Amino acid sequence: MIAGRSFGSRLFLGTGKFPSNAALRAAIEASGSEMVTVAMRRADPTADDDIVDAIPSSVLLLTNTSGAMNADEAVRIARLARAAGYPDWIKLELTPEPRYLLPDGVETLDAAEKLVAEGFTVLPYVNADPVLCKRLEEVGCATVMPLGSWIGSNQGLRTRGALEIIIEQARVPVVVDAGLGAPSHAAEAMEIGADAVLVNTAIGTAADPALMAAAFRDAVVAGRTGYLAGLAPARAVAAASSPLTGFLDS
Amino acid sequence: MTTPVRTGPPHDRPTVVGRTSSPVELLSRPREVPSDSAAAALLSLDLGPARRFVDDATDADVTRALSRGRRRDLHDFAALLSPAATARIEELAVAARDATLQRFGRARTLFAPLYLSNECVSVCTYCGFSAGNEVARRTLTVDEVRSEVTELASRGFRHVLLVAGEHARIVSKDYLVECVAAAAETMASVSVEVQVWDEPTYVRLVNAGADGVVVYQEAYDRDTYAAVHLLGKKRNYEWRLAAPDRAAAAGARKLGLGALLGLHPDWRAEALAVAAHARELMHRWWRAEVSVAVPRLRPAAGGYEPVDPVDDRSFTQLICALRLFLPDAGITLSTREPAPLRDALVPLGVTTLSAGSHTEPGGYASESDAEPQFEISDTRSPAEVAAALRAGGYDPVWKDWARL
Repeated sequence: MIAGRSFGSRLFLGTGKFPSNAALRAAIEASGSEMVTVAMRRADPTADDDIVDAIPSSVLLLTNTSGAMNADEAVRIARLARAAGYPDWIKLELTPEPRYLLPDGVETLDAAEKLVAEGFTVLPYVNADPVLCKRLEEVGCATVMPLGSWIGSNQGLRTRGALEIIIEQARVPVVVDAGLGAPSHAAEAMEIGADAVLVNTAIGTAADPALMAAAFRDAVVAGRTGYLAGLAPARAVAAASSPLTGFLDS
Repeated sequence: MTTPVRTGPPHDRPTVVGRTSSPVELLSRPREVPSDSAAAALLSLDLGPARRFVDDATDADVTRALSRGRRRDLHDFAALLSPAATARIEELAVAARDATLQRFGRARTLFAPLYLSNECVSVCTYCGFSAGNEVARRTLTVDEVRSEVTELASRGFRHVLLVAGEHARIVSKDYLVECVAAAAETMASVSVEVQVWDEPTYVRLVNAGADGVVVYQEAYDRDTYAAVHLLGKKRNYEWRLAAPDRAAAAGARKLGLGALLGLHPDWRAEALAVAAHARELMHRWWRAEVSVAVPRLRPAAGGYEPVDPVDDRSFTQLICALRLFLPDAGITLSTREPAPLRDALVPLGVTTLSAGSHTEPGGYASESDAEPQFEISDTRSPAEVAAALRAGGYDPVWKDWARL
C-alpha cells in the first residue's frame, strides 16, 4: 500500500537498458509488477513506438526525473509529466553526477517538499541515509527509496546496515532501489523487512529479461515470506547447549 | 520558446563557388589555459611514460589491466593499447562488451549532424571546408535550419548536432544562437560543433537551447597541430584545448571530445591524450556527461591523405580500451565508418551513432550542391540503421533528453 493505493506485487521495475520495447513489455508481464518507472527524458508522445506504449495500462506509470541536476529541474520535469497527462506519481531522481548517478540529498529534499505541495505523490531515490529518509517522510513523501548500492552496479546490499536502520525507523514504505544485481539480492532486501524493491539493470541487461523478471518476482515473494515467517537469528557458532553456564544447572 | 530577435546579417545567400574569403590569423586570444581547468591538468601530465608503456607492456600487464575493474589508471589504458593486448583482442572485446552492457544496457542513441555552413576562414590541411579550397559554399538561413530540422524529426531524430565552419562574420555568434533556438523548437537535444568561443558566448548558446558542446582537439600532438592548422584562429592550441572547460563553466551538460586519427603518425599517443583529457574533464566538471570520439580521417577536398591509417583491428582495440578506461563515457561513432564495422562495434562500447548523415550544409529537406566536409561510408538511412540495431538486440533510442 503506497499513498492509499494497493499493489499486488512488491517488485517495481525500471525501464532503461532493455533491448526493445517488446522485451520490456514481456519482462513487465513476467514480473507481475504493478508499478513501472519511465524517465521523462525518454518519453516521446510524438514517436511511433514510444517507450510508454510498452507499459500495459493496468500498470501504474511512475515517471521519473532522471537527468535532473537540481530541485528546480526536477520540479519542472514533474510538471512536464503532469502536463503530458501522466499520473501524478513522481520518482525523484536527482543525480547531478553522471558516472555513479548518486542522488543529491539536499536537492532531493527541496524538490520533494515543493512537489508534495503541488499535489504529487513523491517517491524519492536517495542514499541509504536514515536521517534524510526521516526528513523526506516528514515533508510528505509517499515512500523512501534508498539504494542498496549504486545504480547499475549489481553489487547487492552494500548499505545493509543503514537500510536496517531506515526500515526500523520508517513510517512510510521503504523501497530498496538500485544495485540489486541478482534475485538473491532482492530476497535479502525483503528478508530484512523492505516493503518492496525496484529493479532495472539486472533484468534489462539479462540474456532473457522476461525470465529474469520472473526470477525476481519469485525471489521477492520468497524474501517477503521469509521475513513474515520470522527468520531465525544467524549465529557465528553452533549453539546446541550452554557450554558457559551449564554448570549452573549441575 | 521565444524566438530571438534576428540581429545578424542576412544568410539567404545563394551557393557560391570559391574561396570563402581571405584566411585570417588572429592571435588576440590568450595562449595560456586557466589554472583550474581540465586543460591545465592535461598539460601538466607527462604522457611519455604511459606512451612508452604501450610498447613495453607484457602479457602480465594486460592481464592486470583487464582485472582492474573500474579503477584503471592511464598505465592500464596503455597496456590495453599495447601490441601485447592486440594479441588478446577477444578478451578485450568481452570485457568491453560486459562493461558497456552494465553501464548502458542495450540502449543506443541516434543523432543527426546538421551542417549549417561550410564557410571557413581557417586553413586546415585535412578538411574539405578549408579556406583555400575552391569548393561550393553555402550557409543555411535560419528558416532553412527549421525546415531541415523538421525533416530530421520526420525521420525519427530528436537529437541534432549543429556543425559549421569557422567564419566570424557569416557564421557569427548571433547566427549560431538563432540556429540553436530554431533547432530547439523541434529537437529534444541540440549540440553544437562549431568554432570555439569564449565563456559568455557559450552561455548564450546554452541559454538558446544547446545542451551539448563538441570540440575535437583534432591533434593533441603540438607539432602535428601546428603542421595541419596552417592559418586561422584555430591555430591557437591552448584556446581550443580549454574550450570544453569554458563550455562546462557556461553550463553545457554534455561535452564531446575527439582526436582525428590520421593526422599524427602515432595514433596511440593521440589515444592516450584524448582519454586523459576526458578523465580530467570528468574530474574537474563532475556534473558533465563526457563523450569521446576517435574518427578516422576520410578523403576530403584538398586531397588530404591520412597518415598511418589505423586498421580495423587497431581501431577495435582502441574502442575497447576506451570503454574499459572510461566506463561511463559515451563513445560516438559517425558514418565515416562502414556499416558492417559500425554494427560490430555497437556491442563493444559505442553508445551514440549518427545515421543517414549529410556533411554538406542542409541536404535533408532539400538537395544541396555544396561541398561536403568528408565522404561518408555508412550510407544507410536512419530507419535502416535502427533496424540493424534492433536485429543485433539493441534498442535504437531517438530521444533521451528533456528540454526544460
